[in-house]
Amino acid sequence: MDIVTPGFGLLFWTTITFMFLLFVLSKFAWKPILNAVKEREEAIDGALEAAEKAKNDLMSLKSSNEDLLKEARAEREQILREAREIKENTISEAKELAKEEASKVLDSAREQINNEKLAAMTEVKNQAAKLAIDMAEKVLRSELKDPASQEKMVNRAMDEVKLN
Amino acid sequence: MGQETVGFSRFGEYLCSAILKRQILKNPIFFFLLFLSVSLIIQAKGDGPEIKSVELEGVSSKNESPYDPTEDIMHHISDSYGWHLFDWKGHSISVPLPVILFTEKGLVTFMSSSFHHDHEGKHVVETQGYRFVNYHEKIYYASSSPNNHGAFVSVSKESHAIENNQPIDISITKNVASLLLSVILILWLFLSMARFYKNQDGHSSPKGVASFMEPIVVFVRDEIAKNNIGRHYNRFVPLLLTFFFFIWINNVLGLIPIFPGGANLTGNIAVTMVLALVVMVVTNLNGNKNYWSHIFWMPGVPVAVKPLLAVVEFIGIFTKPFSLMIRLFANITAGHIIVLSLISLIFIFETVLVSPVSVLLTLFISVLEILVTALQAYIFTLLTALYIGAALQEEHH
Repeated sequence: MDIVTPGFGLLFWTTITFMFLLFVLSKFAWKPILNAVKEREEAIDGALEAAEKAKNDLMSLKSSNEDLLKEARAEREQILREAREIKENTISEAKELAKEEASKVLDSAREQINNEKLAAMTEVKNQAAKLAIDMAEKVLRSELKDPASQEKMVNRAMDEVKLN
Repeated sequence: MGQETVGFSRFGEYLCSAILKRQILKNPIFFFLLFLSVSLIIQAKGDGPEIKSVELEGVSSKNESPYDPTEDIMHHISDSYGWHLFDWKGHSISVPLPVILFTEKGLVTFMSSSFHHDHEGKHVVETQGYRFVNYHEKIYYASSSPNNHGAFVSVSKESHAIENNQPIDISITKNVASLLLSVILILWLFLSMARFYKNQDGHSSPKGVASFMEPIVVFVRDEIAKNNIGRHYNRFVPLLLTFFFFIWINNVLGLIPIFPGGANLTGNIAVTMVLALVVMVVTNLNGNKNYWSHIFWMPGVPVAVKPLLAVVEFIGIFTKPFSLMIRLFANITAGHIIVLSLISLIFIFETVLVSPVSVLLTLFISVLEILVTALQAYIFTLLTALYIGAALQEEHH
C-alpha cells in the first residue's frame, strides 16, 4: 500500500527540516528558556531558603534573649540569696561573739565578785575575830576585877574541865 | 507505568482546562439534535421519493453503484502535489506548489498547477524535453501513448504495478509545505517565548505565550525527561521538547480542516520514520557499556539463554523505534480516517439530513482528537525518554 511506503521527497525534507528545527530551537529557544526557568526556580528556592533562615535566626535570637533574661533572673536570685546568707551569717556571728563576750565578762565579774567576797569575808572574819578578842578582853577585864570573881571563874572553869 | 499515567492525567487536566472550558457533552441540546436528526433520517429513508437526495460534487448519485468513500479518504490522508482548498463551480481551487525532480540529465522544476489537478495520469506535462504524468500523486516519466483508461502509464497485468520509471522526487508537496509552515509557526512561537525570557529583568512570572508554554516545557523537563532518563537528563531535554512540540503542533494543524491546516503530516509514515530514526540514533549513540551488555550478553541468565536473548534484544533495537513510527502514524491517520468517514456518511446515505449526525459525531471525534494530539506527542516523547533512560542506565538498578 502507498500509505505505508515512506516517500523519498518527504523523508528528505523532514530530515532536513527537523534537524534544522532541532538545532535552531535548541540554540535559540530551549537554551534561554530552560536557563531562565532554572534560574527563576533557583531564585525562588533561594528566597524561600533565606526566608526560612531569617525565621530561624529570629527564633534563635528570641530564644537567646529569653535565655539571657532567664540567666539574669537566676543571677539576681543568686545574688539575693547570697546577700541573705551573708546577712544571716553576720548576724549569727555577731550574736555568737556577743554571747561569748558577755559570758566572758560575766565570768570575770563573777570571779571578781568571788574574790571580793572572799576578801570581804576574810576582812569580816579578821574584824570579827578582833572584835571578839576585844570583847573577850573587855569581858575578862570586867570579870576579873576582884579576887572573888577570879576565884569563881577558876572554879567554874575547873567544873567544866571535870565535866569534859 | 502508574507514575506516567498520573503524569499524563495531570497534563490532560491542564490541557482540557486550557482548551475546553465548555462541557459540550453535558449540554442537552447536543442530545436533542442527535435524536432529531436520527429520527429525520429514519423518516427520510421510509418516505423515499419525497425527499430528494442532495447533489454534491464527487457523489455518483446518478449511478447505480453506491458511493465508495475509500478512494476519497485515501486521497485526503495521502500526500499531493498541489494543496487543494475547495471546489468552486466544478473546478478545484488549489495552491500550486513547486515540483522538484532530479532526472538523469539534471534538475527539473515546474509548478504543480501544470498538472491541471490531474492525478489520473491523463495530463502530460512536457518540459525541458521530458514528459511527466501525475498518477495517483506520484510522478512518472509518461508513456508515449495512453493505456485503456486514458492514463499515460503502463500497468503490469499480473501485479498491477506501474512499469514507468520515476525521477528522484523532492517536490514541495502538500505535506512538505505544511511541514515548512509548521516549522515557521513553531520557530515563531518559541523564539518569541525565548525573547520574553531574554528581555525580562529579574525573575518575573511568565507572560503571554510563555505563560501557556512554560508549564508544558517544565512538564516535559520534569515528568518526562527527569523521571525517565535519570541523572544525565539535561542533555536530552532540548530533543524531547522539540519532539513534543513538533508532534503536538503538527497533530493540531492536521485537525484544522481549512488551509493552512489539514495536511496529514504526522500521519505520514515518512515523517514518523524520520522521527523514529532520530530516536534510534540518539538511543544507540548514547548507549553505555551496561546497555550493550544487556543486549548482547544479558547478565543474570543461564548461558544457554544468552544467545537467544541477544537475538531478541538485537531485534529490539529496531522494533522500539519501529513501534514509535507505527504508533504515531496509525493514531493520527486513524483520526483523520474517522473524521472523513463520518463526513462521508452524508454521501453514503445520500441525504443532507444525516449531516447533523455527521457533524456532531465529527465534533465529538474532533474533541477526542484534540486530546489525542497531545496524548500521542506525550507518548512519543515519553517512550523516547524511556529508551534513552534504558540506554543510560548504570549497572545495578
